Amino acid sequence: MPKYLLLKHYRGGPEPHRAVPPMDQWAPEDVEAHMGFLKHVSELLEENGEYVDAQALTPARTWVRYGGPDAAPVTTDGPLPETTDLVAGWYMIDVESHERAVELAAYVSSEPGPGGKPLYEWIDVREVMSGAPSDD
Amino acid sequence: MTGEPVRGRDEGALRVLVPRVLAGLVRRGEDFDAAEDALQEALLEALRVWPEHPPRDPRAWLTTVATRRLVDARRSEAARHHREEATYDEPRPAATEAGDDTLFLLFCCCHPDLTPASQVALALRAVGGLTTREIADAFYVPEATMAQRISRAKRALQRRRLDQPGDLAVVLRVLYLVYTAGHAGRVDLAGEAIRLARQLTLATEEPEARGLLALMLLNHARLPARLDPEGRIVPLDRQDRGLWDTREIAEGVRVLQSALAAARPGRYQVEAAIAALHDDAASAEETDWPQILAWYDDLVALTDDPVRQDPAAVLGRAVAVGHVLGAAAGLRETDRLRDVIGERHRWHAVRGHLHELGGDLPAAAAAYAAAARRATNVAERDHLVRQAAHVRGRRAM
Repeated sequence: MPKYLLLKHYRGGPEPHRAVPPMDQWAPEDVEAHMGFLKHVSELLEENGEYVDAQALTPARTWVRYGGPDAAPVTTDGPLPETTDLVAGWYMIDVESHERAVELAAYVSSEPGPGGKPLYEWIDVREVMSGAPSDD
Repeated sequence: MTGEPVRGRDEGALRVLVPRVLAGLVRRGEDFDAAEDALQEALLEALRVWPEHPPRDPRAWLTTVATRRLVDARRSEAARHHREEATYDEPRPAATEAGDDTLFLLFCCCHPDLTPASQVALALRAVGGLTTREIADAFYVPEATMAQRISRAKRALQRRRLDQPGDLAVVLRVLYLVYTAGHAGRVDLAGEAIRLARQLTLATEEPEARGLLALMLLNHARLPARLDPEGRIVPLDRQDRGLWDTREIAEGVRVLQSALAAARPGRYQVEAAIAALHDDAASAEETDWPQILAWYDDLVALTDDPVRQDPAAVLGRAVAVGHVLGAAAGLRETDRLRDVIGERHRWHAVRGHLHELGGDLPAAAAAYAAAARRATNVAERDHLVRQAAHVRGRRAM
């Protein structure tokens, strides 16, 4: 069974299908519905036996590289820190097929947004390389 | 690392027994790591032998068998090195009180040469009797990682004189770390920390040990009300106080009073007094904020430069100031902390609370949102987003 990461982003990715304000500006009941849905997704994946892991990342980012001998590490918050991709978190799933991963990603993307209507958020689906021999 | 046998047998009794036997061996001068291995082997043998032949004195039995293993290990080591066999005295029966032995072991685990993470892991393993798996689960790391951390810590203690273990302040800090970790994890670390602190208070007169026990009891009493059935955080002022554990509160107050009677105040006693005042209020409105503020004054007076040395105390005091003298005064107090913890989520969360208290809802929403962006805990982040959405919603109405 292949494993996939379903990555959610704070920003970056294709042009948003639906532009929405940050969640702290939604109506309280919409916030509840959204958070309830995400909890439900984790429970659903566990029930299906497809859940591996789910984590959220804080938006703070530090790029680090080796500074050379006897030098401190070099850090920066990156070029154009306001516009580059920024991962917000992920589900890791263990599923039958790529099709199933796409199906689940689309389901995550149907999460309720403002007004209770789907968010249509772009989900980045990435296959995890495995130690098992390739099929082909 | 050896497994954890005999767990199912009589877990409660063994959990108390194992650290005592280990402490006895270490106190006698045995190497920490070797003593624990030998004891694990003795436990395996106990699993085999005890069902048929229950020992009259399990502690003596384990000590004798573990000692035999240590002698065996030393012999094979000696043979490997083609050295003369070391002469070895039979163990003298431990002269000290069992409670003291456990305490001694706790101090060894809190050796100042170890990192805080290692101190916590080793204390839970050697003194708390938790399995490596349980400790790994509590800190959300793989079991192999935790096993490695524990064996590195034990190696660090090798050949180190353990007659001068860490000081009491370090032990108290480690226990408090164990306690706070228990609020997030699946394993009942909070209960474990309370159990260890209770043992500690039996063996030392130091009022701060009792202050810490009281603080943990008085906070732990509110735990059942801290999350709703959906797992959402319920802030103190909205908790169902009927869910608080009155028995734990009563014990906490008793322990605190006996600590304060020694008239040697310290930060744990003061924090426990503040927790007691919250626990004592029948409703949020009845909270005795002036007295809480007075205790916070004592708390910040414990350090020379509280803004730098104890910003958490100054921040807590700012909330009390807000409730006693008004939101604007509380906010002014937080201003002093901007350079020190202005990037931490708690600073923004407190300012959100104070703005809300003062009726400035747009500022409150902005502060809660800023706090949410900086939160490092999912439940807290979600709570702060809800708070922000909530006060914005109130503004719209």
